[in-house]
Amino acid sequence: MKHRSLLLASALALGAQGAAAQDLTVTSFGGAYGAAQKEHMIDPYVAETGANILFEDYGGGVAEMKAQSESGNIQWDVVDIEVIDLERACSEGYVAVIDHSILPPGDDGTPAEEDFIPEALHECGVGNIVWSVIFAHREDAFADGGPQTIADFFDTEAFPGKRGLRKRPQVNMEWALLADGVAPEEVYELLATEEGQQRAFAKLDTIKDDIVWFDSWSQAPVLLNDGGAQMVQSANGRIYAAIEDEDAPFTMVWDGHVYDLDVWSVMNGTDQEEAALDFIKFATRTVPLSGMQDVAYGPTRRSAQALLPEEVKANLPTAHLEEGIKADGIFWADYGESLGEKFNEWLLQ
Amino acid sequence: MAEITAAPPRAARRLAPEDARNAAREVRAQRLRAFLFVTPLLAFILFAFVAPIASMLFRSAYNPTVADLVPATLEALEDWDGEARPPDAVLTRFAVDLKRLAEERTSGQLAEEVNRYLPGTSSVVKSTARSLRRADDAALAEGGANLLLEADDAWGEPGIWRALRKSGQVYTASYYLTALDLEMTRDGTIQPRDTQIYLKLYGKTLWMALIITVLTLVLGYPLAFHMAHSSTAHANFLMVFVLLPFWTSLLVRTTSWIALLQTNGVVNSTLITLGLTRDPLELLYTQFATIIAMTHILLPFMVLPLYSVMRGIDPSYMRAAMSLGSRPIPAFLRIYLPMSLPGLSAGALLVFIISVGYYITPALVGGTDGQMISNIIAFHMQQSNNWELAAALGSLLLFLIVALYWLYDRFVGAGNIKFG
Repeated sequence: MKHRSLLLASALALGAQGAAAQDLTVTSFGGAYGAAQKEHMIDPYVAETGANILFEDYGGGVAEMKAQSESGNIQWDVVDIEVIDLERACSEGYVAVIDHSILPPGDDGTPAEEDFIPEALHECGVGNIVWSVIFAHREDAFADGGPQTIADFFDTEAFPGKRGLRKRPQVNMEWALLADGVAPEEVYELLATEEGQQRAFAKLDTIKDDIVWFDSWSQAPVLLNDGGAQMVQSANGRIYAAIEDEDAPFTMVWDGHVYDLDVWSVMNGTDQEEAALDFIKFATRTVPLSGMQDVAYGPTRRSAQALLPEEVKANLPTAHLEEGIKADGIFWADYGESLGEKFNEWLLQ
Repeated sequence: MAEITAAPPRAARRLAPEDARNAAREVRAQRLRAFLFVTPLLAFILFAFVAPIASMLFRSAYNPTVADLVPATLEALEDWDGEARPPDAVLTRFAVDLKRLAEERTSGQLAEEVNRYLPGTSSVVKSTARSLRRADDAALAEGGANLLLEADDAWGEPGIWRALRKSGQVYTASYYLTALDLEMTRDGTIQPRDTQIYLKLYGKTLWMALIITVLTLVLGYPLAFHMAHSSTAHANFLMVFVLLPFWTSLLVRTTSWIALLQTNGVVNSTLITLGLTRDPLELLYTQFATIIAMTHILLPFMVLPLYSVMRGIDPSYMRAAMSLGSRPIPAFLRIYLPMSLPGLSAGALLVFIISVGYYITPALVGGTDGQMISNIIAFHMQQSNNWELAAALGSLLLFLIVALYWLYDRFVGAGNIKFG
């Protein structure tokens, strides 16, 4: 927010109100991911159309959209949303319905409806990436190859050391049940019941003293790097970037990963809906989407996947879908709040 | 204002009527001028302080969302006894309402509100809304109840209707009850909730604020004493060190504590080099980290009022006590300490009240056991989106601080506070 008001203030100071009003505000998650989006989506779009784009960061969730919508002061035009939040943003009317027939076909001529993977075409959004929550460990922290499965992650005797987890119930509850031997397809069904939730908390209890909590994905590789934890939960792209760019001695484990999609959506009530849709049409074309491989996130178009080299494909969530489970946005819309409270209570015990 | 608004002195009453009128006019003009001077401040306080707090207090007990969304259904539910499934007429009316919401894209708001009282309901409302969107209006008005039950069995249970009716209350104490770890049962009795979280957290917040206050006092009092009793040049020099952190950004100070306390940070590597410990200690992301960082950040708030009060204490009192035969410690306790008490009260009150509502430092260095009530309020604002509960928790915090201030005024006396 501070960033935005600064921008706004400097725009006003330059007497450029007219131009500022025409800017298209695109909001995403920043970091290496934001950089890849800037390189492959924002910059080419600006070069092609001459549009002015303000590219901003946020931390996810629907709170900021809710605030803009309630106050009637819509500041964003296009926003990158995790599908886990999209369900809520869409049914509460914060983001607009998108007519998928406007989407251009893939570069190989496949119509958009067939080119996108089915989950990528939501009524309120167009798929951008497939990403995943995995865990990674330091190669030098364990003698015999280190933990290989989610069960190993919860096994403090065989693999002693600190475990970094993001401080929220999402993914942690799923992992606890998977580690406790629940079949992947039954996880969400069980989590909806009282005994399933208790079982998950009981499993988390077994490693509670060894958990280091963090709040944003950017902290995960840092924790692993500075020795704050020997294994961490992370968005796969963050670990991949650390391995590729900094030669970090990390190993990714795909067992039990929880994958999800990010989509581009248009804020409801923006006065630039047409420009926003135009940007989304551009950004979800085959070539811009294939650029997301830079940060190891899988493209949501089949024609874009075909452009990727084989060695890159192996590091994308799309190559490991059968080892993981799909994050259930509907489940978390139902139980996010009540489990959030129970999770906070459990933390305080 | 006091001087200006005071009644004219007795002598004025003997003035001629015309002079008295002139004088009165003059007083009125002065009052108006004074008022005009403070008008910007009043307006600012009204808009930036009173209005937001009032709206927060209001929001914690007033939630018209559901009542605005489905008024007809709620009206129909009024006569329902809450035991078995409501009559078909009610279901039909709700089906019609829900279709309208689905078309307006507001069914999600209803889903979220009802889900608060019965977790798991959100998806029932949303999926039903989706299937009703395609329903024919005439068929809906005719047999809406059946369409509703076809869409989801849950609509046959009385529980979901009770949740709907409860969420439809415009004025409700339920957020305050939740904030106190209580809930109201169906027959109207109040009992503890299954999840016990907020009371414990209020207690912990007060306890941590108290520890921080005591620590800043223990550290700040001798420093202020030393500064007040050294030469001006020396005191000014020391003052720079007190104020320097004060001028540094809060975030910089907090993150520098992260650098100091982290696993391979400055403190741990020093301890390991000195051979005092073999494995690095767990310092960051603990209650200890929150307390030590906040003590550092709030220290100037203790030192400054103490220093300015001590500066005003005449040293001859202590000398007189000593020359009359008192030993240093009793003389300090009986002469100096009571005289420095106004500064001490001001400093302690400032530090305590600021730390009770502190947010950023616990969020950054507190891990899990170093979290305070503000962090939970932020959680409900930013993540769970339960702004009403956040407002109730915030209001309780406000009441708590006002109550503590009242207690303080009762036993110590607020007139005793002095900032310099």
